[in-house]
Parts: sequence; structure tokens; C-alpha cells
Amino acid sequence: MSYFIFTIFDIVLVLSMVWIAWHLLGTEDIFKAVVLFISFGLLMALAWVRMRAPDVALAEAALGAGLTGPLFLSALRRMNRPRKGDRRLDSDEKR
Amino acid sequence: MSRTGKNHKRLDGFQRLLLLFVICMVVLLGYIIWSTPGSKPVLTGAVAQMQEYSGVESPVTAVLLNFRGYDTLLEVMVLLLAVIGTWSLTEAFFPVQRSEISPVQMGAVRLLAPVMCLVAAYLVWQGSHLAGGAFQGGAILGAAGVLMLVTELPALRTIPVLPLRIGLVFGPLFFAGIALICLLFTGDLLGYPKGAGGWLILLIETACAISIGLTLALLFAGGRPDKEFIWKNNP
Amino acid sequence: MITTLIYSLTGLILFGMGFFTLIIHSHPLRKILAVNVMSTGVFLILVATAYIPLGEGEIDPVPHAMVLTGIVVSVSVTALALILACRIQETSNSSLPGRKQQGEVPEESIR
Repeated sequence: MSYFIFTIFDIVLVLSMVWIAWHLLGTEDIFKAVVLFISFGLLMALAWVRMRAPDVALAEAALGAGLTGPLFLSALRRMNRPRKGDRRLDSDEKR
Repeated sequence: MSRTGKNHKRLDGFQRLLLLFVICMVVLLGYIIWSTPGSKPVLTGAVAQMQEYSGVESPVTAVLLNFRGYDTLLEVMVLLLAVIGTWSLTEAFFPVQRSEISPVQMGAVRLLAPVMCLVAAYLVWQGSHLAGGAFQGGAILGAAGVLMLVTELPALRTIPVLPLRIGLVFGPLFFAGIALICLLFTGDLLGYPKGAGGWLILLIETACAISIGLTLALLFAGGRPDKEFIWKNNP
Repeated sequence: MITTLIYSLTGLILFGMGFFTLIIHSHPLRKILAVNVMSTGVFLILVATAYIPLGEGEIDPVPHAMVLTGIVVSVSVTALALILACRIQETSNSSLPGRKQQGEVPEESIR
């Protein structure tokens, strides 16, 4: 019974991971993609815990989600340095 | 919203071919994974056997810093190399000079930064028997640095470059020095003398955690701190 | 066994999705994101192969150590790649491929 519950948890986790990855790779808005990437990293940390790898989970939560995300965001800000009369990339997408 | 809706109509010949290729590759590799016999742990026994000689109780830390210590040594060097590459490419990027920091942000930094340093120290210490270690601790330290950089504390701009450089190379050099001393005395690179493994690993982890934290924060700053630049932006 | 299979197949799918995006899209940040997703897929396969259910023995720590190393290296590679992308964009003087005009599809594909 307990194995069954674990398998359901696995499937839900895996499906949400694939769903988030699909959207992060497919959205037109890079800012949204980066935010989705951060949440993807947190789900990955959950998956590492499920696979009995707490060391990897800690590293993923701190590095994969906590530091890669800000790195991307600062690069995004650096790339879209606001010029006069120029709209920011991350604010003009259609939702 | 997603790629399917819009892009499938616009996929040209090359993209269709690529999609086909990727799907074939995934199916083939999936079949290989499917038909792989159930994994038997090969190295678990070997690691467990040598565990008591390693000086630490956590198997992952033992592998990282004792049995395959040179991997970690090279990994720390990779981090250092990334900072060197970043510094040689560009200058640090501070987009706006705000006159004052919002009190909420300042309070968060005041509250969080010391706690993060404490958590980092705990993680490094915990690495010897539970999950944790130099990289996790260093990542937390780096996150504290990122927090301070995001707040754009004015004090950060006046940090002289020399201590930063020393801090960057401190961990890797300490690690390499211990490795060489071990080579001199025991004949093995990173072959710790008997009984000294535990505290040597803790020392190396502490030194590396500090350097890794500094490295990650400087990677976030994105470039070399330039004297002219500081002067230019702080008239 | 079923857990190993589920997670390794997921890692494979992530790898494939990342690979496809890496080649199709031309925005540098999205390429770097795709490489990150690919590397995550590889790590997932590696750790899933080492997984043993609770109570059936100890887990092989060597793949975990390797993945830990891999995560740190991938973060530093990402940082360097992002700086390179910024530099390319600053010096090439052209606007980003993802920077869109009104009503235009932002991402041009490369042939």
C-alpha cells in the first residue's frame, strides 16, 4: 500500500516537472522562463529527496534554484538595460 | 503560450527533421534504459568497508573529500577559473545608484545575513556525519552575498580588491597545499595520515566553503571590481 | 525498480526537450536555460540508477558525489556563459533576437 502511494507521488512529481520544463522551454517571455526554472529547481530538490540523496537535494535547492535563478535574472537585467524610449523585454509580453 | 500551439504550424523542414531525430534518440535511449537489468550497487560495499578509515561518517563526504578528493580539488579549481574568466571579460555591473535603501530590505538583510552565515557554518560542520558539506555551506554563504549585492549596500562598493583576491584563492590553495603535504608525507596525493582524516577534512571544508561563497557572490556581481568604475559611479 | 524507471525516463525526456530547444531557439538566455535542463536530466538518470528502495540496502554514494560535483560545475559554467552572452550582446550592438516588435513572433529560428 505504501509503495502504491509512493508511486503515485512519483508520477505526480514527474508530470509536474515535465510540465514546468515544457513551459519554461516554450514560453516567449524569458523572465517567465527564468521564474519557472527556479520552481523547476525546487521540484528537482524534492525529487532528489525522494531518491534518498539529501546531499544532492541541499546542493540543488541552494545552487540550482537559489543561485542560478538570480544569475539569470541579473543577466536579463543587464541585457535589457532600459534605454530611453525602449520597452523592457519582460514587461511587454501578452498574457 | 506553450510551444506546441504556435510552433507546430511554423516548423519548417529542418525543424521537423530535428524533432524526428530527437524523438528517435529519446525512444532508443528509453529502450536501453528499459532493458537495463536492475542496478546492483557495486561500490557501496567498498565505500562502507573503507568508511572507518576516512575519518567521517557520511559516505558522500567520504567519497568527495577522501576517496575521490582530487575530483573535488579540480572542482574548486573550476570555480576559481570561472571567476577568472568572468573578471577578464567584463566589469562589475551596478545598474542604478539609488540614494537610499528601503528599510524593509535593509531589515531583511540585517536579519537574514547573520542567520545565513550561521546556517552555512552548521552545514559545513554537519557534513561530517549527515547531509551537508563545503558546497552546500558555500552556496548558502554565496546566497548571503547575493542578498547583500541585491540590496546594493554602499559599503560593498568600497571593498578593496586585494582581500577579495586573497579570499578567492585561499580555499583552493589551502586544499592543494594539504594535498601536496600529504603527498610528501604519505606518498599519496590527498592520502591523509591515519587518524587525522577527520579534522583535516573539516579544515579543508571550512576553507573551501568560505572561498566558494565568495566565488559565487562574485560570479553574481558579474565582473571585476574596478577602481575607476567605482569612482565613476560614486561621484 | 519502477521508481528508477520513472525517474530515468523523465530525465531522458528532459534531456530531449532541452536538446530540441537548444537547437531551435536563438535567444542566448534560452539556450543556456536549455543546457541547464539537459544537465538536470542527465543528473536525474545518474541518481535514479543508483536508487534502492528504503530498507533494501545502502545507496551507492559515488553517483551522488558525482552529481554534487556536476551541479556545482554546471552553476559555474552557467555563470560564465551568461557573462559571455551579455558581452556578446553589448559588443555586437544589435538587438536581441527575443526583443520583439509589436505583434511579431519574438523567437526567430536558425536554419
